[in-house]
Amino acid sequence: MAGGASSNRQRSKIAPYLMILPALAYLAIFFVVPFWSLFRTSLSSSGGSVYLPTLTFAWDFGNYAQALTAYQDQIVRSLTYAFAATVISLLISYPLAYAIAFKSGRYKNLLLGLVILPFFVTFLVRTLAWKTILADDGVVVHTLGSIGLLPSDGRLLSTSWAVIGGLVYNSMTFMILPLYVSLEKIDPRLLEASKDLYSTGYRAFRRIILPLSIPGVLAGSLLVFIPAMGDFINADYLGSTQTTMIGNVIQKQFLVVKDYPGAAALSFLLVAMILVGVLSYTRALGTEDLV
Amino acid sequence: MTLQEGTAIVDVLDGPPAKTRRSLVGTGKAGDIVLRVIAGLVLLYIFVPIFVIILFSFNKPAGKFNYTWQGFTLDNWANPFKYPALAQALKMSIEVAALSTVVAVVLGTLLAIALVRQRFRGNKAVETFLVLPLTAPEVVMGASLLTLFLDLGWATGFGTILIAHIAFEISFIAMTVRARVRGFDWTLEDASMDLGASPARTFFKVTLPLIVPGIVAAAMLSFALSLDDFIITYFVSGSTVTYPLFVNAAVKAAVPPQINVLATAILLISLVLLAVGTLYRRKRIDS
Repeated sequence: MAGGASSNRQRSKIAPYLMILPALAYLAIFFVVPFWSLFRTSLSSSGGSVYLPTLTFAWDFGNYAQALTAYQDQIVRSLTYAFAATVISLLISYPLAYAIAFKSGRYKNLLLGLVILPFFVTFLVRTLAWKTILADDGVVVHTLGSIGLLPSDGRLLSTSWAVIGGLVYNSMTFMILPLYVSLEKIDPRLLEASKDLYSTGYRAFRRIILPLSIPGVLAGSLLVFIPAMGDFINADYLGSTQTTMIGNVIQKQFLVVKDYPGAAALSFLLVAMILVGVLSYTRALGTEDLV
Repeated sequence: MTLQEGTAIVDVLDGPPAKTRRSLVGTGKAGDIVLRVIAGLVLLYIFVPIFVIILFSFNKPAGKFNYTWQGFTLDNWANPFKYPALAQALKMSIEVAALSTVVAVVLGTLLAIALVRQRFRGNKAVETFLVLPLTAPEVVMGASLLTLFLDLGWATGFGTILIAHIAFEISFIAMTVRARVRGFDWTLEDASMDLGASPARTFFKVTLPLIVPGIVAAAMLSFALSLDDFIITYFVSGSTVTYPLFVNAAVKAAVPPQINVLATAILLISLVLLAVGTLYRRKRIDS
């Protein structure tokens, strides 16, 4: 067929655009536009009656100021809980990731499989299981009470610690996996060299392993911090009215109270806080690329 | 499985197969024991809730809530679909997961292939853009979609759940497939074209068979993501009830042990699929 080659070439020039167009158009409509809607809502003033509220776009930055003052407690709590969950998760995940990467021998794949396993239990049911474990008449409270670690009328459920514990549990696996990936990548020859040069194990860890695992620490921390900041399930199931987080407010304002502008403003404040947190953290660890 | 879990799991599955290596890191005998004990305790922490979930699927609860151990029974397993509402919710979840995955696989795979195979302007920008839906907090994604639907005056329900699930699955599938198809021997495509095959024929006879395993893996994870999604679905569901939404409503009213039975069953099915997938992958690498 005459001209086949040239038309092929032409087709291949527009082909990539044709291939990316459907997905990008979809994401433009159902990811970008919704954010724009939310942004407009966050700057709208509500009027009308309680039964038939109307929203008018008005550059109403008062919504933000109001959200900041009205939900101060929840904002501080979300930052504290998410930060605590990230630190605790990092501290307990590192030894396990380290052990799997360096000490597990032929059980490596089995251990990795075990770490991935909880993924396949519904997130809500997992959190519900913690409700059972931490229950006031449960084994854990009894045991801690009998050895004096918990006052006799002490509770675990409905405390900040229960919420933080839930956040840690539900996000730990995605701290372990990136840590493991970065540790596994370390060139064994570097460790051999350090040994040949009479380095102690501790020194080798501090000077070689720890710096080289920073990308994993970074990725893992982000994967824990971001969902923890927006979570409301752990606070809802394991906490009390004293432990509500930003997510609880957004959810309630949106779906129960129907104060859309206030909830939208709070959503953007949440995104802003996450961005600030992520950027300062990446800067502090001195890595430019994220993964 | 949440979105972030999906992302983390893909990182590991796509890494090189784990090698066993001789322990080069001298932590000393005592240090070694301490390390192993800590690692064991952390593993225990991961498993206690899973164990509790499985155990309580055999419980004979006294009241409405399956929170305290009362006695062993097999009744729950004999009647997993005793509550029609729960069965209906699970069916709804499976429908949403299947339909949304089919659409997202088509859109996401085309995008991934274009990203890996073709050079075009804005390649990097598209890659960065794709990460955004995976990193945005789910509560904000749910809220923003709901605002859009309210603005448009659309009634929330099955359709809007489907739209929302496709939105987060596209990015996920595109990233997963992209990671999988990188580093393939694409000269096979050129060879096929040189031998006179049309681009379409080359795509179906050469490209597709190469990337199908990656697509299947991405589709399975995406299905699991959809099945488990609560936060985004909660915002856009209207009065439609999916399995996680049923569980959430149950927490406030009555928690039947069938919830544990189904959670355990889903876990078992996932395990079997994971095992089959791993064996299949190994076989391919071996041959």
